[in-house]
Amino acid sequence: MDFKGFDHPGRPAGGGTRSVKVMIAGGFGTGKTTMVRSVSDIKPLTTEETLTQASADVDHLIGVADKTETTVSLDFGKISLNESLMLYLFGTPGQERFWFLWNGLFKGALGAVVLVDTRRLASSFRAIEEMERQNVPFVIALNVFPDSKNHPVDEIRDALDISPHTPVVACDARDRDSSRDVLVALIQHLKDRSAVALESR
Amino acid sequence: MSAPRPPTDPSGLERYYVLTGGRSGPGGSASSLDVATLIVSLTAPVPGMQHEHEEIVRRCRDPLSVAELGAHLGLPFNILAVLLADLLEAGRVDARDPIPAHDAGRGPDLALLEEVLSGLQRL
Repeated sequence: MDFKGFDHPGRPAGGGTRSVKVMIAGGFGTGKTTMVRSVSDIKPLTTEETLTQASADVDHLIGVADKTETTVSLDFGKISLNESLMLYLFGTPGQERFWFLWNGLFKGALGAVVLVDTRRLASSFRAIEEMERQNVPFVIALNVFPDSKNHPVDEIRDALDISPHTPVVACDARDRDSSRDVLVALIQHLKDRSAVALESR
Repeated sequence: MSAPRPPTDPSGLERYYVLTGGRSGPGGSASSLDVATLIVSLTAPVPGMQHEHEEIVRRCRDPLSVAELGAHLGLPFNILAVLLADLLEAGRVDARDPIPAHDAGRGPDLALLEEVLSGLQRL
């Protein structure tokens, strides 16, 4: 077999490299792409899915066309956690109504960060509902914009109607360390959940 | 009436149709591909391979995610999945799905979470 150029001295081809993924969700304009960009090791990229499907379930399109073609995009980035483990971060499409089109968008994800703009809480309601419906563990990250008011976390937790176990952290999505800390909070949350799961056996 | 289009590179749907031989979705082992699945070449490119197949094999000497491949090759996920299915079937690439937080029936993988956490803390 001609395998020239495919040998990496000192390690097997491809090694045992594995990947994990985390979704960055939230309403339109909450800073999903900004967060992906700020923590990624690589220049963020976009991957696309072209979908053609009957639009019978889209009522306002009735009579317009039998089929629609839609391109949904995911911005994504990558963090090398160590030599053999890659973390991929995917920003969900801005239009949540397309999420269902992504075959297993959240399947296989460790969990999700739901970004919230405290000036427009409602824009992230749909994302939170979706996480709960799909049973994806998540943390809420309040992306602090320069003109955001300083709301007490409890007030926001009430307004978002989330479980007391769901962590709420403040962040600046433009800042690498701050975004990294949100990911740390998510993984810590996953660990806590798993400890509870183990205890209750 | 518009002038006949010059024979430029096929683009859009025509291009995808040609690339995939008209197939719209992958079958078999590629049907579970995820955007974070890592693809790694098992062999070097061989003469006579379809250009896109060769390109995939060349780029995946080191593991690369399906999403990155799609972005680099300018191909949407579903088209790329068809091409990857061909290569998987021919044994030219290997696909490694992302590690989920917990596999059905088993508890969350604490060791994995620790590994992710220490990686993040080193950033």
